Amino acid sequence: MMKFSKDHEWVRVEGEIATVGITDHAQNALGDVVFVDLPEPGRQVAAGEACAVVESVKAASDVYAPVAGRIIEVNAALVDDPGRINRDPTGEGWFFRIALEGPLPDDLMDAEAYARFLEGL
Amino acid sequence: MADTDALLATPLEGLHRELGARMVPFAGYRMPLHYPRGILAEHLHCRAAAALFDVSHMGQAELLGEGAAAALERLTPADVQGLKPGRQRYALLLNEGGGIVDDIMLAHLGSRLFLVVNAARKAVDLPLIAAALPPGVTLRPLADRALIALQGPGAVAAVASLLPEVSGLSFMGVIERDGLVISRSGYTGEDGVEISLPAEQAEAFARRLLALPGVAPAGLGARDSLRLEAGLCLYGQDLDETTSPVEANLVWTIGKRRRLSWDFPGAERIRSELDSGPARLRVGIRPQGRQPARAGTPIHPASGPEPVGIITSGGFGPSVDGPIAMGYVAPAYARDGTPLSLMVRGKALPAAVAPLPFHPHRYAR
Repeated sequence: MMKFSKDHEWVRVEGEIATVGITDHAQNALGDVVFVDLPEPGRQVAAGEACAVVESVKAASDVYAPVAGRIIEVNAALVDDPGRINRDPTGEGWFFRIALEGPLPDDLMDAEAYARFLEGL
Repeated sequence: MADTDALLATPLEGLHRELGARMVPFAGYRMPLHYPRGILAEHLHCRAAAALFDVSHMGQAELLGEGAAAALERLTPADVQGLKPGRQRYALLLNEGGGIVDDIMLAHLGSRLFLVVNAARKAVDLPLIAAALPPGVTLRPLADRALIALQGPGAVAAVASLLPEVSGLSFMGVIERDGLVISRSGYTGEDGVEISLPAEQAEAFARRLLALPGVAPAGLGARDSLRLEAGLCLYGQDLDETTSPVEANLVWTIGKRRRLSWDFPGAERIRSELDSGPARLRVGIRPQGRQPARAGTPIHPASGPEPVGIITSGGFGPSVDGPIAMGYVAPAYARDGTPLSLMVRGKALPAAVAPLPFHPHRYAR
């Protein structure tokens, strides 16, 4: 099941592990991604905490942890090929995995609610 | 976005929307940031073929009357009187303190001088120029004209299929045909032209250019990455009213004759900076690795807590395939190869002073 944040991250929860990336809307708004700064594995993050940076040709943007927990893995393939984020934002363009701590935040949206949220922007 | 409603439209707005541009506010106008192919592809297309840019937001004006060139020399250290008919020149308008009021293009059209100024500086430049004119010299703003740039190695061949005389121009040459003012110049480091034309003809003309083989539209995003790779300054970022031509490494815009007479605004400061060195110098900077350092990033020595400068333009160079920047540093740190440390989000990013341009110019000299 995929959920979405107001900051345009997606999170896919499998058991106690959440995989996080940025949405198609976000990659489209950013444009061609040329660099990512990923968090250190082992780092504890709070929901809403800035923990990665994505740079496109035109600008830098923070990526926030949509859920609280501990970073257990990052997508190292993005370092050499950040274009994956544009080509496949919800697949090969994933950013990091978090070992969940506590419940999911209430303000995460399902796909339908996120689509409505985008229409309201 | 609601806040773009108060903005001005260029004559090509309808075409931009039809082409699927992402429109953004820039200098009071709604401008295309990029089209569906994106900044990277538009940038590389310009370097490989021909890119069409709408730069109609820029200010256009003409100076008429006996003594127009001499009058303009009261505001610029450029040799305006020595500019020959059919030639264009890059010039700086200076304030009394020797600071740069704007960087402009100046063309001699035989009967008059033709000026292109920055969009965001129109409201400053035009009154300044008007106030410096003696009786008999008139400044005429040309608000009803569009400006289209076609840039890239295929640009001149493409334009020449419509206007054959363009192929006879050399870099910074200018001709006037049927109300069009065409100069062989641009802001990308590539060969190409800028074409001033009446607003009502602009869309039809742009469509004819876009229909030519190899021509594709490009937006402000690619324009910025292209000019940065070419080492060209952007007013408001790399130049402002405190920056002198010596600091900006633009001494070459000061005419030889003017450097004998020292009869331009700020001559005293510029002379002293030429003699004793300026407080800071514009340099190219290459960050190591892939991470860009943006405008506003503090520059430190390779080891040392005190900043020695600041990045004024920074981003990713698609043709260089890496991060590039320009900034101002204390002269002791301006030599090519000097190691620097850029403070990006609290982390030190190693970098070095690098020669400009980052990508070689390909002008038709």
